[in-house]
Amino acid sequence: MSSIEIKKSYEEINDKIKKGTAVVVTAAEMPGIVKSEGVKKAFEKVDVVTTGTFGIMCSSGAFLNMGHTKPRIRTTKVLLNDVEAYAGIAAVDCYIGATQVKEDDPLNKIHPGAFSYGGGHVIEDLIAGRHVKIKAKSYGTDCYPLKEYEKTITINDLRNAFLYNPRNSYQNYNTAVNCSKKMIYTYMGILKPDMGNITYSSAGQLSPLLNDPYYWTIGTGTKIFLGGAVGAVTWQGTQHSPGGKRDENGMVMEGSGTIAVTGDMKEMNTEFIRGASITGYGCSLMVGIGIPIPILNEDLAYFTGLTDSDIKTPIIDYGIDYPNGDVRVIKEVTFAELKSGNVSLNGRSIPSSPLSSYPKALKIANTLKGWVEQGFTIGIPQIQIPGAPFSRNR
Amino acid sequence: MKSVNVLLIFRKEIMYKPIIYRIAKDFDIVFNVLEAKIFPKQEGRIILGLTGSDMQLDETLNYFKTEGVEVQILADMIKRDEQKCVHCGACTAVCRVDALYINRETMEVIFDAEKCVACGLCRLACPVNAMSGTAIDREI
Repeated sequence: MSSIEIKKSYEEINDKIKKGTAVVVTAAEMPGIVKSEGVKKAFEKVDVVTTGTFGIMCSSGAFLNMGHTKPRIRTTKVLLNDVEAYAGIAAVDCYIGATQVKEDDPLNKIHPGAFSYGGGHVIEDLIAGRHVKIKAKSYGTDCYPLKEYEKTITINDLRNAFLYNPRNSYQNYNTAVNCSKKMIYTYMGILKPDMGNITYSSAGQLSPLLNDPYYWTIGTGTKIFLGGAVGAVTWQGTQHSPGGKRDENGMVMEGSGTIAVTGDMKEMNTEFIRGASITGYGCSLMVGIGIPIPILNEDLAYFTGLTDSDIKTPIIDYGIDYPNGDVRVIKEVTFAELKSGNVSLNGRSIPSSPLSSYPKALKIANTLKGWVEQGFTIGIPQIQIPGAPFSRNR
Repeated sequence: MKSVNVLLIFRKEIMYKPIIYRIAKDFDIVFNVLEAKIFPKQEGRIILGLTGSDMQLDETLNYFKTEGVEVQILADMIKRDEQKCVHCGACTAVCRVDALYINRETMEVIFDAEKCVACGLCRLACPVNAMSGTAIDREI
């Protein structure tokens, strides 16, 4: 985008990375540098800031190609460990979605349901190299006569296995509380009645899109850490909403930006990607993502230097308001308050707990820092994702 | 001094005997009732935190057995699979006794099995099935 001020170019940064002379720090380390040396010096000194996040990310899944069978089959229904994958793509291509639950799962018939196995778990089992049973059906054609196929395979038997997640790495996210009178089981975890506890799901200061709040350096072609392997941003994510509410610094104060990402499952590691069961809600996938942010200008040094105390998230009632679609912000809190373990709300001190793993996020940021130091260059966005007008108030 | 959390199961034959009273009187045990469920004329279940010397605790546990009380040490009932745990923190929202809590420096989830009362809520909250074992509420 022409409006982005580039004081240190991608080429300059990538040259340094190739030579091994780039200065790379994590988004946990950057605030200390900005605090002690100021934004200008931090910009001059640091070339890349690495970020990380690890949490439950719905809108995830994988394209799988099982290779042609003998005789050939043109699949119309595919089950992987009894979890249905969408087969309406091509003869032996399918898409396994993270939230698809196993056939005959009792769901929420006895509430809260356990949702012990689903698409996210199939993805984990494949990445772990475990055996997965494929069952496929078809109506048979002249060129694809086979009508039924069954085989136990591992990921090595698949011709291709690409993770393709249409919406990941939410820039910011709601913080949840329950104002109703009963215990509820939500995708934001178990929430006790009468505001008995608060849950949140963000890596805060480490989170990729919070470190580049106007998406200056993130777009189609950005190279990322995805589930332990090299991946890429392919597009804006579904529900991407750059016009969300921002504070006086320009930092987003609600969900806002999202990205679509892809990567090769054969290169991934279950340390950074896991199937998830959310009691009473359903199945999903825990995804680990890290994005390197090139420090092209002083504003990026400023944003990457912000801490959990500078980033706010809205507290939303998941007992009554959210299910009804009447979302009202009860209070805005900083991630620093949430991370302390207690939030002051309506004169009460309410225990707060995370749902996304900060230790894993930090490990991802540090692993990515190692990659960049070893020559992992910055992918220049070929198509920017839609942003928002920026005016510097500092 | 040492503390241990135990689940005591009193079958109907002994459920109206004053056994808990004796552990304070005869063995000088400091006890704290953490949870109790009584099913009249069927069974009683009680979770106690016991504090005393090693010898006092040994004698008390032996005494329970001679009276026909079934004893389960709660620290052994719920286990965490360290390979599966991703330290997300979901379990810390529901743990009743802070046996699962977050180290605020590292944000890692610590499991102090000695404090666990085997309520089983962590098993419901954990998205990656890292917690396993018998939970008293769900067994009844």
